[in-house]
Amino acid sequence: MYFESFSAFLQMGTHGVYVWSAYGISALLIVGNLWLAYRGEQKVREELRRLARREQSGQ
Amino acid sequence: MIWSTLTRWYHQLGSPRYFYRFSDVVLPWLWPLALLVTATGLIWGLAFAPEDYQQGNSYRIIFIHVPAASGALLGYVAMGVAGLVNLVWRMKMAEVMIKAIAPFGALLAAIALITGAIWGKPTWGTYWEWDARLTSMLILFFLYLGVMALINAIPDPRQAGRAAGLLSLVGVINVVIVKYSVEWWHSLHQGSTLKLVGKSSMPPEMLTPLLISMLGIYLLFAVSVLWRARAELLWRERKSAWVKELH
Repeated sequence: MYFESFSAFLQMGTHGVYVWSAYGISALLIVGNLWLAYRGEQKVREELRRLARREQSGQ
Repeated sequence: MIWSTLTRWYHQLGSPRYFYRFSDVVLPWLWPLALLVTATGLIWGLAFAPEDYQQGNSYRIIFIHVPAASGALLGYVAMGVAGLVNLVWRMKMAEVMIKAIAPFGALLAAIALITGAIWGKPTWGTYWEWDARLTSMLILFFLYLGVMALINAIPDPRQAGRAAGLLSLVGVINVVIVKYSVEWWHSLHQGSTLKLVGKSSMPPEMLTPLLISMLGIYLLFAVSVLWRARAELLWRERKSAWVKELH
């Protein structure tokens, strides 16, 4: 660890607020986007199963 | 010989079924690996890399800013190549790729802009300046949004794919402008960090975590493209036998 203490790590000199906000926003956006990408496939599969059930019950 | 290999490769990659099976094999280990590599690079850069003698700790934003910006540029080039392939050969898979690349590319462009603005405040004294690098990066973000909007606006997926492919291809000009903006115009933005490696302006203690973060972000990009391509493929191919066999 480059920093002497955990509070020094959080403070980053005078730049803590810039560094942590940049990382926080980025992490949230990336995780959110990946979650949407993953959920997108799940949703299509659910929709296809629903369509298949409807097709079967219609016959 | 070479020709037959190329055509086989083209048909395999272009086959939705083959692509889906390929991603089935790759994804279960690719997404944890991508998260691990990204976390390693970022934590290394945040906590273990030394301070910059000029900028202090604010420079640590570089470990997310540069990977995001370079990923956004590379992603757009990939989209442009897919656009070209689609315009010339009408390849369905290329349309799927354009649609799958755009959302994460737009996200990375936004992250590059946001982290750049935050970094600009302590370094330049301003969040935003209408200079060549910043403005061309903003245009890149809007080009990504434009590709997404085109796909959403045109109901027929083949027509939407062709239009989006054309915009992707033409927009590659802007990637060149972003890349060379700091050399062609006077800019607040510093020159390319990675090019200065040879002049040892970035020591290995900083360069190593930066390269690891870049690799991590590229892998996350690949994961997001695979997930989105799978969703799009399943929906487009919903009437074909291989999709019906899945459920």
